Amino acid sequence: MQAQRTILNLLAAAVLGLFLWWAEGHLDGYKIQILNLIAVNIILALSLNLIYGFTGMFSLGHAGFMAIGAYVCSVLILDPAQKEMLFILEPAYTWVQQAQAPFFVAVMAGGLAAAFFGVLVGAPLLRLGDDYLGMATLGFAEIVRVLAINLPRVTNGALGFKGIPGHANLWWNYAWCVFTLFFVVRLVASNSGNVFKAIRDDESAAKAMGIDVFRHKLLSFSLGAFFAGVGGALLGSLVATIDPKMFNFVLTFNVLMIVVTGGLGSITGSVVAGVVITILLEWLRVVENPLFIGDWELPGIPGMRMVVFSLALICIILFRREGFMGKREFNWGWLLRSLGNKAGRHGS
Amino acid sequence: MEAEAILTTRNLTMRFGGLTAVSAFNAAIPRGSIVGLIGPNGAGKTTCFNMITGFYQPSEGQVHFKGRDITGTPPHKVCHSGIARTFQNIRLFGNGTVLENVMVGCHVRQATGWWQAVLGLPSSRKEARALMEKSRELLAVVDLGDLADEKAGALPYGAQRRLEIARALATEPAFLLLDEPAAGMNPNETQELMGFVRDIRRRFDLTILLIEHDMKVVMGICEHIWVLDYGVTIAEGCPEAIRANPKVIEAYLGEEAVGHA
Repeated sequence: MQAQRTILNLLAAAVLGLFLWWAEGHLDGYKIQILNLIAVNIILALSLNLIYGFTGMFSLGHAGFMAIGAYVCSVLILDPAQKEMLFILEPAYTWVQQAQAPFFVAVMAGGLAAAFFGVLVGAPLLRLGDDYLGMATLGFAEIVRVLAINLPRVTNGALGFKGIPGHANLWWNYAWCVFTLFFVVRLVASNSGNVFKAIRDDESAAKAMGIDVFRHKLLSFSLGAFFAGVGGALLGSLVATIDPKMFNFVLTFNVLMIVVTGGLGSITGSVVAGVVITILLEWLRVVENPLFIGDWELPGIPGMRMVVFSLALICIILFRREGFMGKREFNWGWLLRSLGNKAGRHGS
Repeated sequence: MEAEAILTTRNLTMRFGGLTAVSAFNAAIPRGSIVGLIGPNGAGKTTCFNMITGFYQPSEGQVHFKGRDITGTPPHKVCHSGIARTFQNIRLFGNGTVLENVMVGCHVRQATGWWQAVLGLPSSRKEARALMEKSRELLAVVDLGDLADEKAGALPYGAQRRLEIARALATEPAFLLLDEPAAGMNPNETQELMGFVRDIRRRFDLTILLIEHDMKVVMGICEHIWVLDYGVTIAEGCPEAIRANPKVIEAYLGEEAVGHA
């Protein structure tokens, strides 16, 4: 069974590879951009699901970690001549000016920087309970944003960066996405995953079972922060422009929406919702355009998308609180069995 | 029967503001014994458990376990040193399966960490298999072998109590604290429980301290009993002595009943 599963996983990866190869040649830039966003959103959703869904820490600081990842990565991949042009408010520090790294190293550095801040803010904050943790991490994300505005020699202040090299193509994004998926699946399936879920379900009982609750919370939080940083780094390179305004609460909210819709504590849910919601978010731009019913024109309202999504989220919470997948996971055995059943029924 | 004491408490005292929940609790629990802690509701029994297991920092006094001072040690370290407990109001990891609950108990003795598991190193795989094996064996001991893949929160009450004990045993304790193990059980189940407690003591080489309201259980399996009332130890001794002690009868039945008797 183990060998069979490995083969099926490799097959799935190969199919994904073939699809990407086909997409690169046949789809237009807009559709490819959506595919890229799907990969990034899945990375972000998995990272928040690890923190909130599996370990039960209500964190609203995702935009902060993403900002750190995006800025660190961008500084490293912009070349010095470009940076000289960019920093018009105040000249950059020499170390910012001269810092340079290949794309992979830059993304990694973005993730590690975010993880470092995860440990830094997690150490004092993770002693707080649910709602308080949410407030405090939200505060952290705002602090990051304000710092980004007020450290012009590192971040170019409110203007941000433009013309970030677009290294984050389909291959990079999906490689990171598959790596994140692999990492989180392995982690959650291990006994450490059981420990995270135990902390979520009952912290006191976990302590009584000899679990260093604080250490494990910090571990989960900083691993989640790492992948949030990676997602932010890829996003920066993908959209080519970053500024502090981009990393406001709406960004966190989008990720939270994917995680909750997919199901807190379901990896499958995060992946499926990552795909569906990213597509919907684009597709629903229709509602922001002027709408003609006969001769009557309904003017387009910017932000209408988010109203629709907020309503959808409210409905999900009212009628299916556990999300699309609940805590269930996809597995090959289940798929094969149900296919087998269908084939059996057709045969008879 | 004077074996050396595995756990001793000296003047263990807990004050919450002006209220003294437990005052000067002194006990020396011999290795390998089954002993009981009884008393009316609110007498401070669970507070004693919480002080021994590190959930509360005692206001005064010390706890010594295997000759080492463990007063004020955080709960997970207390567990690591070999003390496991169950809770009065069952506290399982409700969303996990029965097997996962026991595996969480194994974690404290696990040598390989998260990153070895992510990398899929052979040492980690081997240990994961061993833990799985050990957990299944423990489930068989508490008669839950068939329910390993059920959701823990969906088990019937009695099974949840047994699972909590299996989970505690998974931490490989030398000393086990059971908080009202017979609560909510019918006489039949209670009878079985008594046999079960004796059985696990022998099998896992345990010392057991239990809080219990069911006098049949307490008198049936405890070799030594401490009686608390309003946080004060009003009596201690063997079951016969406790049964005959007027102070204990008074605490349980009220002064008038003793007067009329």
